[in-house]
Amino acid sequence: MEPPERPSRGAFAPWDEPAARPLVVFEGVTKRFGAETAVSDLTLAIYEREFFALLGPSGCGKSTLMRMLAGFETPSAGRVLLAGQDLAGMPPHVRPVNMMFQSYALFPHMSVEKNIAFGLEMDGRPRDEVGARVAEALRMVKLEGLAGRRPHQLSGGQRQRVALARALVKRPKLLLLDEPLGALDRKLREETQFELMALQERLGLTFIIVTHDQDEAMTMATRIAVMDKGRIAQVGTPPVIYEAPATRHVAGFIGEINLVEGTVSGCDGRRVTVATAVGDLTVADAADSVAVGQAVAVAWRPEKTRIVRAGEAISNGRAVISGTVHDIGYLGGRTTYHVDVTGLRLKAAVANAARSVERPLGTGEAVKLAVAPDALLLLVR
Amino acid sequence: MTSPRSRLLDATALTLGFAFLYLPIVILVIFSFNASQLVTVWGGFSTRWYASIWQNRQLMDAAWMTAQVAAASAAFATVVGTLAALALTRYARFRGRTLFSGLVYAPIVMPEVITGLSLLLLFVSLGIDRGFWTVTVAHATFTCGFVAVVVQSRLVTFDRSLEEAAADLGATPAQVFFRITLPIIAPAVVAGFLLAFTLSLDDLVLASFTTGPGSTTLPMRIYSQVRLGVTPEINAISTLMIAAVTVLVIAASLATKRSASAH
Repeated sequence: MEPPERPSRGAFAPWDEPAARPLVVFEGVTKRFGAETAVSDLTLAIYEREFFALLGPSGCGKSTLMRMLAGFETPSAGRVLLAGQDLAGMPPHVRPVNMMFQSYALFPHMSVEKNIAFGLEMDGRPRDEVGARVAEALRMVKLEGLAGRRPHQLSGGQRQRVALARALVKRPKLLLLDEPLGALDRKLREETQFELMALQERLGLTFIIVTHDQDEAMTMATRIAVMDKGRIAQVGTPPVIYEAPATRHVAGFIGEINLVEGTVSGCDGRRVTVATAVGDLTVADAADSVAVGQAVAVAWRPEKTRIVRAGEAISNGRAVISGTVHDIGYLGGRTTYHVDVTGLRLKAAVANAARSVERPLGTGEAVKLAVAPDALLLLVR
Repeated sequence: MTSPRSRLLDATALTLGFAFLYLPIVILVIFSFNASQLVTVWGGFSTRWYASIWQNRQLMDAAWMTAQVAAASAAFATVVGTLAALALTRYARFRGRTLFSGLVYAPIVMPEVITGLSLLLLFVSLGIDRGFWTVTVAHATFTCGFVAVVVQSRLVTFDRSLEEAAADLGATPAQVFFRITLPIIAPAVVAGFLLAFTLSLDDLVLASFTTGPGSTTLPMRIYSQVRLGVTPEINAISTLMIAAVTVLVIAASLATKRSASAH
């Protein structure tokens, strides 16, 4: 899987600027539910105008983190700060944060218009202002004609838009989106992803999105925090998360990867050789420093693998692994080969750049996989 | 497929069952339209007894008293029962929860004679004059458990994220309750009220224990008159009561149905 195309965000990287002050800070936050620890001593900073994704499997603590920000859960330890202010003891209704719920949580006894107006009415805004802003919000999500409908008279996509309009109409500093696209079908989901990004950019707001969908996070986010068992495994931009995963968990969670366990047999600065079941693999640029004899893993992406027939020649300098084709997955745009190598099954993905009806390789055929040293990743954790 | 024979058997069983349940009531209703003074002898169709109950001062006073008691006690029971249901569904882990839910439901299964007797002892020992308010309190005690059951069954399926969304949009806890929670559970609350009203309307035992002079309810009046002999007037007023109860029960079940389907 390659990171999907995203609209350019220019040189937006406040997390690299030491002077930038984060909008949201989690400071050593722990949340326990009885004996269970949902979030464990977590520290994280999120900056203004970011589209930040909390990504992880269900039960990793990502929703709990968001609910602590909205005020529905209280941290067992640590602090949550918004624009430098400690949120402890501040009930949800006074926090300058709005949330879009996974279930949308539209009020069933109110019309679309009343749903959107609710937040403004709670703030005691004058009636004509409420009317104008609701109309504007309806225009923003292209639901002008449906103001009088009840939620149960709307389609899933329309409900999602009402929920978005309701959460945005108060112009919160920070919008929390809990699996906002989870209930939509695939096509609508992709369209909505880009709409959300455009909206966020246009309004200049900060979005935090909770999702278990890696494609969604990769497409939309400025940065992703990959969560695992209540901790953050890695925080980074989508390309960093994909090309330089910090742990085996992150490498396996984002996209497809070949992962081979082994022991360090040679060490020359950042150039590390690892003895594995598929032979010696040399990683050109290891991110972590390791010692000879240490147990590590070597990983690489299927699309960075060349696959050729056993007899064909391969340019020097590449790691070469011999095996037999077990299975071929033709996906139109690309073809994935599953190759058996001494008890392991490795993947090679080839982009089908030329139009060809015939498959160049068949199952059971002896092949060679070749990977460039700079495509190999060394994973210690 | 069912054979014609087993279908016949089903139909017979059903008929007998309904006859067992409703034949006495049907007979009562028929005889309320009896022109004859004698209760058990058919003397032709007439509505004269319905006209004559309007003239019966004692019956009308009792009916008015019953309506007042039912309305007041149902209102009281609805508030208390709804709050109890909220406490039971919302604060799932508070100390003594099991005891509390047991206490809410106890009056439902407690023999009414015992509830009545204990309330009587309480009122006597506190030196409270028995009358309208003691009957009302007694009925509310007994019916609030029913309200709690009805409202709780609705609250169990209530989507809490609706309340969270409202709070998130700036609603205070009171605003969340009155603008979101209450309107959504309203059909169940109405059903609970109608149920409490009906139960109060029907009650003889609790009323007998806790009432005082001047606040005789309709069931008590009917009961005491019947001991002196059944009159066609009693049949007529009983028929009216059956009609009232039927309407209320149907209304309550419609409200419950609405509350179950509204999402």
